[in-house]
Amino acid sequence: MASFIAKYLPNVAADPQSFVTATGQTLYMTLWTSLVAGIIGLLVGVLLVVTRPGGLYQNKPFFQVLDKVVNIVRAIPFIILLALLATVTQHIVGTTIGSKAALVPLVVCVIPFYGRQIETALLEVDPGVVEAAQAMGISRMGIIFRVYLREGLISIVRVSALTIISLISLTAMAGAVGGGGLGDLAISQGYNRFENDITVVATLLILLLVLISQLICNLIIKKLSH
Amino acid sequence: MMIDFKDVSVTFHDSGKEVRAVKDVNLTIEDQDIYGIVGYSGAGKSTLVRTINLLQKPTDGQVLVNGTDFTTLSEKELREHRRKIGMIFQHFNLLESLTIFDNVAFPLRHTGKSKREIKEKVNQLLELVGLGDKAKGYPSQLSGGQKQRVAIARALANDPQILLSDEATSALDPKTTLQILRLLKKLNKQLGLTIVLITHQMEAVKAVCNKVAVMEYGRVIEKGSAVQIFSEPQEKLTQEFIRVASHVDEALTTLRQSDHFHLGADEQLLQLTYNGTNTDQPLIASLFSNFGVIANILYGNVDLIQDVPLGNLIISLRGDEDKRQSSIDYLKKQGVHVIELSLANSSH
Repeated sequence: MASFIAKYLPNVAADPQSFVTATGQTLYMTLWTSLVAGIIGLLVGVLLVVTRPGGLYQNKPFFQVLDKVVNIVRAIPFIILLALLATVTQHIVGTTIGSKAALVPLVVCVIPFYGRQIETALLEVDPGVVEAAQAMGISRMGIIFRVYLREGLISIVRVSALTIISLISLTAMAGAVGGGGLGDLAISQGYNRFENDITVVATLLILLLVLISQLICNLIIKKLSH
Repeated sequence: MMIDFKDVSVTFHDSGKEVRAVKDVNLTIEDQDIYGIVGYSGAGKSTLVRTINLLQKPTDGQVLVNGTDFTTLSEKELREHRRKIGMIFQHFNLLESLTIFDNVAFPLRHTGKSKREIKEKVNQLLELVGLGDKAKGYPSQLSGGQKQRVAIARALANDPQILLSDEATSALDPKTTLQILRLLKKLNKQLGLTIVLITHQMEAVKAVCNKVAVMEYGRVIEKGSAVQIFSEPQEKLTQEFIRVASHVDEALTTLRQSDHFHLGADEQLLQLTYNGTNTDQPLIASLFSNFGVIANILYGNVDLIQDVPLGNLIISLRGDEDKRQSSIDYLKKQGVHVIELSLANSSH
């Protein structure tokens, strides 16, 4: 095994520690972004559903502003968002370089994406069931938690997996602000220094992360389905 | 008095266009009525019934439920009042992610009831609708009729006085429809439940309702007791609904398409409708003995509306023209509703 690695993956063998660090950085960025953007994105998705015309908390001006903001932020390429948000990042996390600095643009980028996905997932919930709950005298908050989020749970898990997977690919761009991670390793070392084996192994590790995310999601869905 | 509609109108604004779904409806639904509201889709029935629990706010007029105008209530009070009005729907609207038990328990949770109370109540309700053994299953494992039973159990969870049924049997086959209707009738008798039954199927009304209102283009065009509506329908639409329900139209179509059925020059086709109070007279026989005309029964149907027999006959009458006319006058005098029918398709 060791000789195989030394022979075919010489650059990987020379510095295995860099892979450990890079994987750690990718996980750091993915997990923190998932947590923060997950909570805010869920809120955005719910707001998009309940404030729309005919929704539980119908509020046309609020809905239209939120809807537009989501569209605009989603339209900005992530690599540009990284640069665009530098000042904001400085204010929030106190630095503009490193994995921590990548968190702010990642969160900003993922929130509208996830929010839209959540919106779509919740709109799949049968409006008839919502109406039935209203007729039963369930409060509006009760309907959000007990009908929308409960009935939409499987779809929510599905879009969460989708979001995490696209998030992992976003973290690959974090190198632009010195965020590190597997993507950065593949580019700055593997590609720029013609150390192809590093690119290949970094890619495989990213794929592994994606597969694990998908696997966990599928397990949860299986447990929720009956 | 239970539910009182006073000049109720509902107007929708759909992309600049004004749609008046309900127009000036006045209707009183009494305690323990099973009140049928009939009409084609788009007639405004569902909108009207939603003004009762304020799922739909009336644009004009007032709806009083036991004297309370729901629009004057706070959000919390409205929720409490809504709990006393059960509602069932065409597509059942069960929560697919919850078990049958949890679906029925759904309106009971977070209302301050203990787990044991909820469990007892839910099991009792499931027994009542005949699904005691299905508690652990999921809605997706049930047939349409069973789903509607679960929905009924759920609608009864908070011991309502009123049950709103919005096309609850329209997605079910005829046999299941009848079973669900019988269940509703049982609940009406057993629990003293007032039921508002929205439907486009006159058969459903015929089976259970004691009163009927017919809606067309947002208006109530005719209302009254079921016996009255079925025996003496005034409006064209009501007559149409009833003909479909009594299968007279179907029989007529069969006659028209038949190659073997012809009317002679001294023959005419009549539809006779009569109710129980005058069925003790041997009418058909007396036509021959009194007037010498021969009545031939081509189609017959007797329904029990609120335990009053209601008959529908298609007969051909043969004899001299003046004799036939005397016969018709005689029948009318006996309280029989007589409609002349034509074999030509264009007459309908």
